[in-house]
Amino acid sequence: MKKVFDLIDLDCANCARKMEDAIKKIDGVESATVSFMTQKLTITADDARFDEIMKKAAAACKKVEPDCRIAM
Amino acid sequence: MTRKQKKMLARIIVTFVILAAEMIFFKVADVKWGYGELVCYLVPYFIIGYDILRKAALNILHGQVFDENFLMTIATVGAFFTGEYSEGTAVMLFYQVGELFQSYAVNKSRRSIAELMDIRPDYANIEDEKGDLVQVDPETINTGDIIVIKPGEKIPLDGIVTEGSSSADTSALTGESVPRSVSAGSDVISGCINLSGTLRVRVTKPFGQSTVSKILELVENSAEKKSKSENFISKFARVYTPAVVIGACLLAILPPLITGEPFGGWVHRAMTFLVISCPCALVISIPLSFFCSIGGASREGVLIKGGNYIEALADAGIMVFDKTGTLTEGTFEVTDVCPVNTDKDTLIMTAALAECYSDHPIAASLKRACKTKPDPSRVQNVHEIAGKGVSAQVDGKITLAGNLRLLEGEGISVPEADKSCGHIGTAVHVAVNGVYMGHIIISDKVKPGAGETVLALKELGIRKTVMLTGDMKAAGEAVAKKLGLDECRTELLPADKVGEVETLINEKQAKETLVFVGDGINDAPVLTRADVGIAMGGIGSDAAIEAADIVLMDDKPEKIVFAVKLSRRTMQIVKQNIVFALGVKLITLILGALGLAGMWAAVFADVGVSVIAILNAMRTGKFKA
Repeated sequence: MKKVFDLIDLDCANCARKMEDAIKKIDGVESATVSFMTQKLTITADDARFDEIMKKAAAACKKVEPDCRIAM
Repeated sequence: MTRKQKKMLARIIVTFVILAAEMIFFKVADVKWGYGELVCYLVPYFIIGYDILRKAALNILHGQVFDENFLMTIATVGAFFTGEYSEGTAVMLFYQVGELFQSYAVNKSRRSIAELMDIRPDYANIEDEKGDLVQVDPETINTGDIIVIKPGEKIPLDGIVTEGSSSADTSALTGESVPRSVSAGSDVISGCINLSGTLRVRVTKPFGQSTVSKILELVENSAEKKSKSENFISKFARVYTPAVVIGACLLAILPPLITGEPFGGWVHRAMTFLVISCPCALVISIPLSFFCSIGGASREGVLIKGGNYIEALADAGIMVFDKTGTLTEGTFEVTDVCPVNTDKDTLIMTAALAECYSDHPIAASLKRACKTKPDPSRVQNVHEIAGKGVSAQVDGKITLAGNLRLLEGEGISVPEADKSCGHIGTAVHVAVNGVYMGHIIISDKVKPGAGETVLALKELGIRKTVMLTGDMKAAGEAVAKKLGLDECRTELLPADKVGEVETLINEKQAKETLVFVGDGINDAPVLTRADVGIAMGGIGSDAAIEAADIVLMDDKPEKIVFAVKLSRRTMQIVKQNIVFALGVKLITLILGALGLAGMWAAVFADVGVSVIAILNAMRTGKFKA
């Protein structure tokens, strides 16, 4: 399943890159793009585990930029 | 400015005032306060840097060693430890100034593109039982519903006009400033603005599939497809920061150990390294260049699906065109009239009358070419002869209109000169009461600007231009020659086109890309196979928007030239930014290691370079056709 999420308070381009790297490494994620310009996360991941994966993705974003949230 | 940015600006101003006052007090007036001085400098330092210190603390708990907040903190705290209080505070201040500028500039270009894409309709008008107009969400409208569009309103959904006439401003979609006139029976496209009259429109597509939704989706998703340059920078950034930080550690420890010099000076040099360690200028300016470029292009009616296609288009070496609908109008027109025993107008009128009950495109073009509308009541006993033409009684006279075989079959002698005249196209021969009257040539018209486009592409260094067509050899080659194309492949079935493109792809030189330009009808597989597929006249055509990488919203071939020029300009700016940012950082690192560049130079290499690279990147959005 492919979904697009808004990222709130994503302030730095290098962080966007780091988030993308981190989200791609989550088990079950097929592909992920974090666009700093559009402030959006596009993620394709395993349907059955989607919610769990998104929780991990949110945690990964927090780890890179403490103030950044994924609008879910 | 957003609230967050205003708050930051206030912090910057307050810090600047306090810092300036303190520097005058301690440096110029040379007052000695010992630890009091440290405390005084810590006040502005915390005002300007508290969020960075907080993030640094949180990130180090998360194990993010190479986080720029953390590195910035070490660098400035390090400056405090070496006794450079004012410098530590000032570096933090300038870092924040740069960050603020960055977020302002990025927000601005984001907003300008959002405005550009301000084609999403907010409501649609429908009539309730009493006949009053009610505004509803366009998403709730079904196919077949009738909506009412008042003058000045956005057309919310695609449909067909059932009542009323008006003109529609399509500039938001096509960049075309001349309004298109619409009346009952015409198609209207969502996202256009109804200018003059009230229209009643029968909706043909639900909102999710309407032109406006497709375009918005396309532009919003364009950031997903990253270019090679972006991927390169991502990879580079992954190693750059750790490398610089390790370099800083070595610089702080090794030289003092080897030479026995005091640590202080070398630690200070190491701090300058940390300030330069953020790859921000690069990481931000490359996607920004593509983003602005895609935004600027959509203003001209050119939709680009991703930065990777800009990159590929800039390297175009072979350009392949479909003929019908791309280089030619795709509609038949009378292009020549050769009467024998009569005059031109009579000949056309006679042919048009004979064909007046036919709905073949050739009959339609004959009718259009008449000066007055043909009167069907003058025609009787019409017989269509499949594959040959038509026979009818026009004003009581037996009239034949069709190909040579039709006339020869009826035993009518056609002068040799008329059998194969030099004109390219379909010939309609006419005979009345057994006497040959002449022939009319009907052909597909070349689009205005097609020849200039081919020429301009050549000037831009496109190595080879090829035309693909299903037309007969002679007809196809004549058009190709007229337009100045290098090669022409004729008599192709739609399926053969993929094969031809495959062959051309094998002929590509290193680093060259192949671009295919089609009208999106029947050529989706070719659009997909080419490195870059450009669809023309994409407005309202779903197939084109789906299959192509670049969609030209109007039918103008000149837009191809614009797209190529824009892509080259964008790539040029991207390269400038990479060289400039890396160059300045590298030089500053070297000078910093030698002790020739201090914190100030380092802040410039970080923030200053970002600002300049951002300003440079934003130029891509201003490129005009």
